[in-house]
Amino acid sequence: MAFLELDRLCKQFGAQTVVDDFSLAVGKGEFVSFLGPSGCGKTTTLQMIAGFLDPSRGAIRLEGKDLTAVPPANRGLGIVFQSYALFPHMTAAENVAFGLEMRRVSRAECAERVRSALAMVGLAGYEERYPRRMSGGQQQRVALARALVIRPSVLLLDEPLSNLDAKLREGMQIELRQIQRTLGTTTVLVTHDQNEAMSLSDRIVVMSQGRIEQIGTPQDTYERPASAFVSQFLGKTNDFAATIDRTVAPARLVAGSWNAPAPAGLSGPVTISIRPERIGFADVGLAAKIMTRIFQGNHWLFQCASECGPAIVIRQNDGQPQPAEGDAVRLAWRQDDMSLRAGGAA
Amino acid sequence: MSAVVDTAPAASADERAARAPWVLTAPALMLFVGVLVIPLTMTVMLSFHDWGQYKGIEPVFILKNWREIATDPYYAEMFWRTFRIALLTTLITAVFGAPEAYILNRMSGRWKSFFLLVILGPLLISVVARTLGWALLFGGNNGLVNKLLMSLGLIGTPLRFMFTETGMVVALAHVMMPFMVLSVWAALQRLDPQIENAALSLGASAPTIIRRIVLPQIVPGVLSGAIIVFSLSASAFATPAIIGGRRLKVAATLAYDEFLNTLNWPLGAAVAILLLVALVLIVVGSNALIERRYAEAFR
Repeated sequence: MAFLELDRLCKQFGAQTVVDDFSLAVGKGEFVSFLGPSGCGKTTTLQMIAGFLDPSRGAIRLEGKDLTAVPPANRGLGIVFQSYALFPHMTAAENVAFGLEMRRVSRAECAERVRSALAMVGLAGYEERYPRRMSGGQQQRVALARALVIRPSVLLLDEPLSNLDAKLREGMQIELRQIQRTLGTTTVLVTHDQNEAMSLSDRIVVMSQGRIEQIGTPQDTYERPASAFVSQFLGKTNDFAATIDRTVAPARLVAGSWNAPAPAGLSGPVTISIRPERIGFADVGLAAKIMTRIFQGNHWLFQCASECGPAIVIRQNDGQPQPAEGDAVRLAWRQDDMSLRAGGAA
Repeated sequence: MSAVVDTAPAASADERAARAPWVLTAPALMLFVGVLVIPLTMTVMLSFHDWGQYKGIEPVFILKNWREIATDPYYAEMFWRTFRIALLTTLITAVFGAPEAYILNRMSGRWKSFFLLVILGPLLISVVARTLGWALLFGGNNGLVNKLLMSLGLIGTPLRFMFTETGMVVALAHVMMPFMVLSVWAALQRLDPQIENAALSLGASAPTIIRRIVLPQIVPGVLSGAIIVFSLSASAFATPAIIGGRRLKVAATLAYDEFLNTLNWPLGAAVAILLLVALVLIVVGSNALIERRYAEAFR
């Protein structure tokens, strides 16, 4: 049985449907991310789980019990907000202790739990600091400690790392993952950052315009995107217009001068979706000209003009000589690495 | 020789740089000295001059006026009344204004701007007109409210409003309310919009959120509003003059009377200076207390 279950959840503001038919089962201890561009309904869904918004339709169940009728104060969820929403008039320790006070935890136990929660997020010794005196990263840690100290059944993270600079964010991602693994707290993360979603989650829910586009492991959603939106949103991708020619036997899949045996099923115009790092330079294949070549340390990024439109190619910097700008090249890839969709390229 | 030639322009550049702040601030300084420092100094000096019914003002240095204020209980009573009224007014505006600002802040867009206008609207009307409004409602037997209540048989005699401290406090609280609401409103704007949700998710009830989370954060706003309201109320003239008339005087109306009716300028000056000094001490003192108390969290 699913630990946290969202059942055909809908939210409408007036005539506008913000979340539409959202169904998801989260297992105990699982780390699930809602990923999508701003306005896709991911934060609205989180707020419905938290209880700050009432769903228009549908149910939210925690361990089989309906949460919709439970007021947010009694849901026992830990939430980390994008702005952290720390209480500025309280010290770090007082902030963390607030949830325990509300639960009437004894003073001695409260002090001990606050101390260990702050130590867990690496803020031992910062107990008496006020939030204004802390850096963004430290405030973020206090917010996390405050949410975790109440031992929530589910931890909800609303873009918790988006206010941190890139380097700090990477460090916090690793730390967040370790803490979540250690405590085994079921966690739902809302983010628009695909790297964050991929590095943290067990499963990703890709959302667009209030709908679920795909639910899957990070690897699944990246390598087998269910829709054009998912493949575009998760990392860079190439979409090539191709056709399946069934007039010849055996049937061929043709994209410009690249062709391969056609898979069963589809016919007529199709779209080939292929990740830039899965394309290689070969003797035969899609004819292209390299427009720009950018060195990025561990890899090279090539922007090419191909027979089927612009193409991006990423090659590991493995010491091999690479083609130069202006060179005519042939692009090739393994059939296993691409995904095929019916219809022309978007 | 060349050294002298070299240093001369350098020195004059230094001098010019040193003079620049003074030159640049000169217009403002002259205005400040001309319209504030000089008249104030003259008023202080005036308070030490002598005055007689027939001889007028005599520019001598005596402590007669100050001794009179210090010894005659009439002045002590009047100053106590002034500060009592100001304190009560401040309390009333805080008790009503802070929740008003909080409710206003939680309203949705259109209603918020409408009610903000309702609250600020009175500032566009002269204090005299607003106070006379109270006089029309409650003044004597002919006041609208008194007439209504009496004709309904709810009260036998008219409610006493004119020439009472209650009347002054009510009218002043009405006049001062926008300052308190604006001050608390400004403090509420600095509140994280998610902070109440954060407290809610940690299990706090609505009253707890107000008491533990919202109130402590708007206290500095309430206190700075209180300082504004208190100093404006203690030095208010129009409202006490209309409601209290010459029967119930406060410091400002007393100074006015001494200047313009009794023509005892030195005594009026002494009253005015005492009011000023007392207010400055109270305001600066409480401000320092507030800053010390809230320095950690709000600096």
